Amino acid sequence: MLPDDPLANVLHIDLTGKAYWMEKRQDLFEACIGGAGVAIRLLNEECPAGCDALGRENPIILAIGPLTGLFPLASKTVAMFKSPHTGNLGESHCGGRSATAIRMAGCGAIVIKGASHFPIYLAIHDGKVYFRDASSLWGMESSFTVGRIIRENEPGAGIRTIMRIGRGGEQLVSYACVTAESYRHFGRLGLGAVFGSKKLKGVVISGRRSLPVSNKKEYRHLYEEVYRKAVESLVMRKYHDLGTAENVLVLNSMGGLPTRNLQEARFEEAAGISGEAFAEQFLGRRLACSHCPVACIHIAALREPYEDESYFYKTSMISYDYEPIYALGSMLGISDARGFLKLMDEVEKLGIDAISTGVILAWATEAMKRGIVSASEASGVKLNWGDHHGYMDAARLIVEQPNEFYRALARGVEYASSTYGGEDYALALGANEMPGYHTGPAAHAGVLIGARHSHLDNAGYSIDQKDTGARRPGAEELARNLLEEERWRQILSSLVVCFFARGIYGPETVSKALRLAGLDLATEDLRRIGKDIHRDKCRFKTREGFSLRELRIPRRILETETPLGQCSESAMREVLEHAERIIEKEEAEAH
Amino acid sequence: MRLAIADSERCVGCQSCMFACSRRQGEAGLAASCIGVRSIGGMERGFTVVVCRACDNPPCVAVCPTDALKRRKGRGIALDAARCIGCGHCRDACILGAVFWDDEINKPMICVHCGYCVQFCPHGVLEFVKRGTIGNATG
Repeated sequence: MLPDDPLANVLHIDLTGKAYWMEKRQDLFEACIGGAGVAIRLLNEECPAGCDALGRENPIILAIGPLTGLFPLASKTVAMFKSPHTGNLGESHCGGRSATAIRMAGCGAIVIKGASHFPIYLAIHDGKVYFRDASSLWGMESSFTVGRIIRENEPGAGIRTIMRIGRGGEQLVSYACVTAESYRHFGRLGLGAVFGSKKLKGVVISGRRSLPVSNKKEYRHLYEEVYRKAVESLVMRKYHDLGTAENVLVLNSMGGLPTRNLQEARFEEAAGISGEAFAEQFLGRRLACSHCPVACIHIAALREPYEDESYFYKTSMISYDYEPIYALGSMLGISDARGFLKLMDEVEKLGIDAISTGVILAWATEAMKRGIVSASEASGVKLNWGDHHGYMDAARLIVEQPNEFYRALARGVEYASSTYGGEDYALALGANEMPGYHTGPAAHAGVLIGARHSHLDNAGYSIDQKDTGARRPGAEELARNLLEEERWRQILSSLVVCFFARGIYGPETVSKALRLAGLDLATEDLRRIGKDIHRDKCRFKTREGFSLRELRIPRRILETETPLGQCSESAMREVLEHAERIIEKEEAEAH
Repeated sequence: MRLAIADSERCVGCQSCMFACSRRQGEAGLAASCIGVRSIGGMERGFTVVVCRACDNPPCVAVCPTDALKRRKGRGIALDAARCIGCGHCRDACILGAVFWDDEINKPMICVHCGYCVQFCPHGVLEFVKRGTIGNATG
């Protein structure tokens, strides 16, 4: 890498001793590029085997990549930690201004260790760390207000990121998220709870610097090529126009939209919560992550009257995307867009993962209907499909945790169903609540195999959607295809290129861009490094007790028909076995 | 010709203009950027674009103690870096906040109205107009 590139700096922060230091780790970035690659190495170095995910020894790693600040769409920050939700690898990606801010602050990765005795937030400006007392922010009802107060107290307007947790993180809800710039998240595997366990309310980061490139003329040339593709190509149009919410009607028409806890895969009232409906009635603003011209972030403006005073209104700006619409919409039988937006807003204020929350509430609704959970256990809250009021009350109680039932819900559907029963319809894969794609066997097998049990790990849903029935891939081929995609995605998430731009950043383009950042890697080197990173993740998972063989496949996933027919358990297990064999074989070869 | 803000309500906050400004000066990153995009108190309320509006009687020029800043013919301000002592008076004098600062060299960074950033504004926020056309200083 280029000798004066600040990317090689790893900023270590000790919350216990309120100390920090910078360490040069050129070796890490040269071997594994950045982002996910560097983060898994640092996690392996810093996270003791078998540690308590909510203990002070669990580190929080944040990493960005060499293209951040140089090229458009290299706009993600990768977080790694041990997940309090699954007890295994925690990995989460966030956009907003997080990546650019870390790059401009003069480092490539941040390692946060220890725990504070009192609430604090970190202010990192130009590589200097300030420990700020956050006692006045702790317990605050809305994470939006927390963001506003930090904003007013810190410098760096326009060039900073403000990451913060809500009450969910403080209360250690195992799927609490960290929110950045009001609308972007480190979602899924509970980074918010890890923040909360360290009494870390937020992290604000800013900086302003120049970055080296190896050839200025070529840099400008390649920049323009990538930029034009991003703004002009059809590849990105979906994300511009309706945004990811476009998927609602697409998945519904093919019969792959999980509805009412996946009792069905078509929602008869999907039109009410479609991308088209939101665009027509509510779309109030579009936003972009820093250094991304696409602006996929869609914000709805919801105008509501106050009931106690006439001619008095409030207008809330609420972000929507496909996944939250699935989880807090169709999965809960909610077709009223206003109801969905209110529930979404509540979940944002609480700072808990929208997908997990929706899937858990869907399970709780079915569990109540089947009589395994009583109304009194639910503190009198009635959960009925389509009724957002009950779901808003329940979401608040998940965070407050007044009794055993809500304490169980705060630990996820895998745990709740292991206590109360109803495993057959507890929709978690690898202990992580399922994403919104009931498209066929590849989608579910992909989430099971995926290192972070996310649909984004290897996009199995895309394999399903290309399946015309003409030639269906066998189990081994499917396992191979999923793993190959996942390994390539290790490169994208090490560059920290947004997955939405995967069509723009092919291997050739990546290789050219990296050369300008001082990393000379041919396309075959990239493939090798992708494999290495994936192997590092698998090693961490194995060390922490993960086994593909022991994964639970909820019966509901097998029973409810997909567009490709019913999934068979034996066929899915066969894919997992092949994946395991491939991973083991390559592990043996690596030694 | 000068740079103007056509409609800041269309701004999505991508900051492509900021990075473009640095590239135009042969730099990567943001230290050299002479244009800024920030939210109006939270992203939900939209953005403001801060950049020099090429004032007729620029206060930044008036307060420079070493005559390092001069009006350019037709567009904006020119900095004579050899005369600049980095005192920061120009920054304080500009109530638009359009005098940016490069901490690495301790000098002001002021837009020269070249129009390069306009090519990288994907949503029509920025425009390059004839001098004299009414435009927003900051939008």
